[in-house]
Amino acid sequence: MSKKDLSLLVLILVVGTVVALINPRFLYVGNLSNTANQIGLFGIFSIAEAFIIIIGGIELSVGSVIALLGVLFIDLIVNHDVNWVVALAMIVAAGLVIGLVHGTLVTRMRIQAFVVTLCGLLIYRGAARYYTEDATAGFGFGASFPMLEWLAAGRTNVLGFPLPHSVVALAVVAVIAWVVLHRSVFGRYLLAVGKNEEAARYSGIRTNRVIISAYVICGGLTAFSAILIAMYTRSISPAVHGSFYELYAIAAAVLGGCSLRGGEGSIIGVVLGTVLLQVLQNLVNLLGIPSSLNFAVMGTVILVGVLGDQYLVQRRHRASAAKGREQASVAAAPLERVKVE
Amino acid sequence: MPAPFLELVDISKSYPGVVALDHVGLQVSPGEVVALIGENGAGKSTLMRVLGGVVEPSGGFIRVDGAARSSLTVADAIKAGIAFVHQELNLFDNLDVAGNVFIGREPVHGGPLRLIDRKRMYADVAPLLERLGCDFAADAPLADLSLAQRQLVEIMKALSLDARLVIMDEPTSSLTLAETDRLMRTVAGLKAHGVSIIFITHRLNEVMQCADRAVVLRDGRVVGALTRAELSPAAMIRLMIGRDLKSLYVPPAAPPGDSVLEIVDAVTDTYPGRAVSLSVRHGEILGLAGLVGSGRTELARAVFGIDPLRGGTIRLDGEPIRIASPRAAIEQGIYLVPEDRKGAGLLLDVSIAENISLPDLASYMRFWLVDTDRENENAVRQRERLKIRAPDVKTAVGSLSGGNQQKVVLAKWLSMRPKVLIVDEPTRGVDVGAKQEIYGMLRRLTDAGVAILMISSDMEEVIGVSDRLAVMHEGAISGFLDRSQFSEHNVLQLAVGHTITAEGP
Repeated sequence: MSKKDLSLLVLILVVGTVVALINPRFLYVGNLSNTANQIGLFGIFSIAEAFIIIIGGIELSVGSVIALLGVLFIDLIVNHDVNWVVALAMIVAAGLVIGLVHGTLVTRMRIQAFVVTLCGLLIYRGAARYYTEDATAGFGFGASFPMLEWLAAGRTNVLGFPLPHSVVALAVVAVIAWVVLHRSVFGRYLLAVGKNEEAARYSGIRTNRVIISAYVICGGLTAFSAILIAMYTRSISPAVHGSFYELYAIAAAVLGGCSLRGGEGSIIGVVLGTVLLQVLQNLVNLLGIPSSLNFAVMGTVILVGVLGDQYLVQRRHRASAAKGREQASVAAAPLERVKVE
Repeated sequence: MPAPFLELVDISKSYPGVVALDHVGLQVSPGEVVALIGENGAGKSTLMRVLGGVVEPSGGFIRVDGAARSSLTVADAIKAGIAFVHQELNLFDNLDVAGNVFIGREPVHGGPLRLIDRKRMYADVAPLLERLGCDFAADAPLADLSLAQRQLVEIMKALSLDARLVIMDEPTSSLTLAETDRLMRTVAGLKAHGVSIIFITHRLNEVMQCADRAVVLRDGRVVGALTRAELSPAAMIRLMIGRDLKSLYVPPAAPPGDSVLEIVDAVTDTYPGRAVSLSVRHGEILGLAGLVGSGRTELARAVFGIDPLRGGTIRLDGEPIRIASPRAAIEQGIYLVPEDRKGAGLLLDVSIAENISLPDLASYMRFWLVDTDRENENAVRQRERLKIRAPDVKTAVGSLSGGNQQKVVLAKWLSMRPKVLIVDEPTRGVDVGAKQEIYGMLRRLTDAGVAILMISSDMEEVIGVSDRLAVMHEGAISGFLDRSQFSEHNVLQLAVGHTITAEGP
């Protein structure tokens, strides 16, 4: 665990302790289990977003994809009697295709990621609303998928704590993502492309392929979380379902140490970032803060966190600069000459 | 000739370990065109930066209109009427001509609203347009103008600041012949209006055409001044060289073998009409000399698959190969050490070990994961082999000196099996000690059978390290030289597009 992750963990514990002291209901099993469930659901698509941010891109359509694919999933199993396993595979495949399209537009067509995914945000939201004729999609009376419901939205009692299965899903996704990003060859490529695409290209990395892969991974994970979220909410109003979720994801990734310039990020950090956001949300509810202030609280905490981080980084830079100035002056001499001529 | 209004006296500038300027004196009189010539690295740009107030000299003084001071600030320089036309033009292509001329000092109206007074701006630009004989309007978007026209905009900017001295840094390096002719006429026009010009160029015939006198710099010193009557290409070249080259050359262990890399009629995007053919043999270092912008880097990029090749073929060991991407080049054993070390060669805030393994990560793979033990072992080996000075291989390369950074770039490729190694300015920004080590490493590689193509603008390096030389001029090979023909004179002649006439001095 890096220093950054550690300080984020400390921040979470501090916030949690303060909330618990003011309102002990924070520690009730029911509350913790519900918060954990939220963390599980939000964590998966935050990790998806992190893959894009790490390669120096951005994905703004996460919330709309969750709405569209959620609507399609429920429609498939409820109205079209598709076996849920098949439906799940179809939805994840759709997510992968969306990622492939975004990645291709960004690399081959050289359209900025912000623009591509902003258009996605609008298109998928509109498609979801049109598809359901703006009506709420849900499970009809008597429709029942016991196995699927248990798997996706159930809870298992672990030592007296009802552990939501979404948390288990997040744990599995996080472990795999951690290995991929921090230990695998492909993860190295992701970080290298995010850090310096030009240098990665000069090292023979197929940078376009790496970037497209990141979007495909993001699409697949988002689709997976769309199913979990649909099964949890059980009814989807396509106009609002999942709206602003991309911002939760970006916030979690940034809190977790991803640089929007790319090339930096830690999966543990993203998970901790999600935890902090959900604890804050819980704090708003439990401390009787008007829920209209929800986003304002979150925004303030993120801003303060990023400012604090910036301050620490600058202090460290100054310290190391002062230390290395003497050696540097000798080493820098030939470089100076290049600049001069 | 009227009395000089600007004098540089005994100007010196040293950086730690390097003397960039050594007691340089220069005078400029009104309406005079002074050509400033010298090789890359002779100190021309530093001198001009002193004039522009960007660099503070470490010794000497500057006299403007009789008043002496030890250095100028940028504001002083502007006030004294000194203006620059840079090689990379400092213009905004999202503004129109008038907007560029008045950037930062737009006439305003509307009181506290401070709206831009467009009418006045256009009215003020009109006489300048006429004076320079421009064929574009004051409201033409800059993006629509050619490079030569943009240069005129820069000159207008200088004139609107009431410049008395315009410094042009290689203004013709990217112009066509006709455009160059026109610039020469503009220079003559400015001179007729009493504006002085310092003209920095590598093209000696332009000096012949427009200069009143030439000042030659070498190694930070003024080595000669030629009056109009004394100007001749031969005299200029003689002054520009005239230095004893330290003998760096280590001959190869064995005579070179067959051709490894053959480039046949290669055409790049930069010079669409020109084709390049050359071949590099087993065990030799082929130097590729030429002026900056002669198309050498573009050739390297095309051979390495960064840019597409617009024509011609590349043969490796006699077999024609297609290189569509750097990956393809690497798979063939053709590696490139790029000119832009920081932008293209390295990931600066990543460790030495991870930088070295990057192009060859697949071979460190175990079940799709990176075997970091092996990665570190190899990095430690390379660090010893190349004498990379760093506390350990986990150090971020950004904190290393230029020489050690370059060794890391070399280590990337040496960990694999190079067949052809292209090095582009291999020792730029590298200190003397590390330079020697890098040359030694290149020689050891060729002795092991590798073919090396070395692009370099450093004359000492070109002559001291290569076994054979190709010289490029404006996108084409202007000649090949064997070691017996190596001389700075010959290289310079070919680099400026002349043929080698007589034997050098």
